[in-house]
Amino acid sequence: MNFDFSDDQKALKDQARKFLADKSSSKAVRAVLNDDAAFFDAALWKGVAELGWLGAAIPEEHGGLGLGRLELCVLAEEIGRAVAPIPFSSTVYFFAEALMLAGAEAQKRDHLPKIAAGERIGCFALSEGPGAPAEASIEAKFDGATLSGVKIPVTDGDCADWAVVVAKEAAGVSLVLVDLNQAGVARETLKTIDPTRGAAKLTFTNAKAERLGAAGQGWALAEAVLDRAAALIAFEQIGGSQACLEMAIDYAKNRYAFSRPIGSFQGIKHKLADMYVAIEVARSNAYYGAWALSTEAAELPFAAAAARAAASDAYYLCAKENIQTHGGMGFTWEVDCHLFFRRAKLLALQAGSPAVWKEKLVKRLEQRNAA
Amino acid sequence: MRRGARSIVWVAFKSRRFKGRRIWISTTRPRKPSFALRRALFSKPIASPKSAEAERLSRKLSPKDYLAAAKDYQRKKAEAGFAGITWAKEQGGRALPPIYAVIFNSEEAKFDAPAHPFSIGLGMCVPTVIAFSDEATKDRYVAKALRGDEIWCQLFSEPGAGSDVAASKTKAVKDGGDWIINGQKVWTTGAHFSDFGILLVRTNPDVEKHKGLTMFIVDMKAPGVEVRQIHQASGGRDFNEVYFTDVRIPDQNRLGEPGMGWNVALVTLMNERLAVGGSYGPDYKEIFEFAKGIAAPSGEGALIKDEAFRQKLADWIVRAEGYKLAKFRTMTALSRGQTPGPESSIGKVINANQMMDIANTAIEAQDLYGIIDDPAYAALEGAFHQSYMFAPGLRIAGGTDEILKNIIAERVLGLPQEPRADKGVAFKDLPSGR
Repeated sequence: MNFDFSDDQKALKDQARKFLADKSSSKAVRAVLNDDAAFFDAALWKGVAELGWLGAAIPEEHGGLGLGRLELCVLAEEIGRAVAPIPFSSTVYFFAEALMLAGAEAQKRDHLPKIAAGERIGCFALSEGPGAPAEASIEAKFDGATLSGVKIPVTDGDCADWAVVVAKEAAGVSLVLVDLNQAGVARETLKTIDPTRGAAKLTFTNAKAERLGAAGQGWALAEAVLDRAAALIAFEQIGGSQACLEMAIDYAKNRYAFSRPIGSFQGIKHKLADMYVAIEVARSNAYYGAWALSTEAAELPFAAAAARAAASDAYYLCAKENIQTHGGMGFTWEVDCHLFFRRAKLLALQAGSPAVWKEKLVKRLEQRNAA
Repeated sequence: MRRGARSIVWVAFKSRRFKGRRIWISTTRPRKPSFALRRALFSKPIASPKSAEAERLSRKLSPKDYLAAAKDYQRKKAEAGFAGITWAKEQGGRALPPIYAVIFNSEEAKFDAPAHPFSIGLGMCVPTVIAFSDEATKDRYVAKALRGDEIWCQLFSEPGAGSDVAASKTKAVKDGGDWIINGQKVWTTGAHFSDFGILLVRTNPDVEKHKGLTMFIVDMKAPGVEVRQIHQASGGRDFNEVYFTDVRIPDQNRLGEPGMGWNVALVTLMNERLAVGGSYGPDYKEIFEFAKGIAAPSGEGALIKDEAFRQKLADWIVRAEGYKLAKFRTMTALSRGQTPGPESSIGKVINANQMMDIANTAIEAQDLYGIIDDPAYAALEGAFHQSYMFAPGLRIAGGTDEILKNIIAERVLGLPQEPRADKGVAFKDLPSGR
């Protein structure tokens, strides 16, 4: 029985936490929040690259550290805890994972070393409007060489250098790789619920593009990328949830009302106990997802869906109840509660909504039982 | 704070009444026990692998025959070296780390083994006896308990001491070399077939609540002990009231010093930690199967195709899997020689409510037909109804949801205690309502 992280992984976690406490402090996060022109914290991005985090799961032959997905999970939790204002998930969980999953050797050689070095920011462009995307609803068109269409919103699309775009062609839906710094790409920065992260509307007009993976296999590949991203984002969500719980505990111990710490009231205790239970449920599911991800187990689709559903619900609960525990102070711009409340919503939607993942989970249960 | 009745839950659900309802649980994929355990439990055989047939057979046994079978099983288990796995060798154990007991228990759970009458005694009571009594007392009780010759129960809860179990009023007065006991205990699992019990009583009402308690070994067959089975709201009779009228207990049967009973009780309760319950009735797998064969509220297609149902089903999957995986984390900690973390405390808060929610959904999905709990007509032979009726008890037994959340908040999250009305006040001066 081994259902926990190793000592080395725990040491990595400690190191990551210390680094982020220093470099992704509330002040640093707020600098991005308060600056409409800032898409991310460039200094933090550079530091993260120097520590090798961007290439943690990228094989050594492609310039990475060649660790594993478990190490990435450990880092994700700390990034989530620190509400780090960097395009880490877009670049690492989506763009790099898509390349490692579907990329030809030349494509891997071209992109992965630059990602690992912090020289290339990537993103994943799926959504084209309100509502959950479906294979039949994709309108962006790829003709074998160029891409046309609109993707909105694209998380970190404002600062990314390259995108993996879900588009349709004669053979069906395919993934395509697009350089965003070209004449055929127009970017419009979007205001979002979480201004500590970027988002853009990307308009492609005969933009030069190349296929990633086989023609017509794009939807299945996108689903596979989403499963991997979901398993990883779950850890960011758990890190954020845990930070909310700790903030709430700290406040509840030190805030007095009716001449007692508010944490001595059962109304507060039970609220925080509910947050704790939700986090433990999410964490246990996420560990399973991490195991499935790191071993490329057949259980990944089921495990990732369960981890994501649990983690999205937990973060929402913890973020909103953290505000509630803080009372009026929690509703001020100056107190950090809203940073988590904002990030909780971004992460809950970045790889598909909770309802979509719950539906996937049941569908996968049906498939598993049918098999 | 009362945790005294926690193991009630476990035993009640492993009781014969409930076992009949577990036939459908065995429809999940069969698992192969390890070779050594198969040989010990099956080839010999001490117990039969779980099967519909085995369940039917065990259901047919009368309570008396079931108890005889249980004692026989426990004796064979002890002879095979699988009883008291974590206990010291001088107590007849094997002095192995807790993970070995966890492994054995998970293997044993795959069999129709009648181990349930012993879980409280060997899990909580006898370890307390070992920790707090002299060699002669241990010699008298421990080996017999381990071999299944004598069964033990735990007498903590009282009508006026539920969540607040330290408010026990049953009193013991010293009379020469004996103590005279008068009072009443309640919700005592297995009292009606137990030989001995550990009994928490008040020996000094003139000091603070937690300081005037003492623990004793009581002979359940002694004159003045009267056991009455409780008729539960669910219809069953799994628990008891126990009345004490001038019952004599020799001072030699005292566990710990007079006034130290609360500390002794805490040791008993600490031993509960590994006695985490197993299946609590129909879970997501059962309602998933059920939903394929019943119409959706829209009247179009089966319930399993209903979007609202699927979202709820996903929540149940997440919680059930989360709980199961949290137990794996506990086992990981144990296997590394660490103390299990607080993740093991979330189980009942999740399970009781989920069990009720699933049962309620399955019953309501049947529209008016859902009122029928007759096994001849009802889905899963009425298992959803049984679950629906037992779940309210599960939310209370072993610490109410509210008490468990207080425990999580105070012990795990470190939040301050509620201001208390009983600090620095003699027990006899404490206000008590109904």
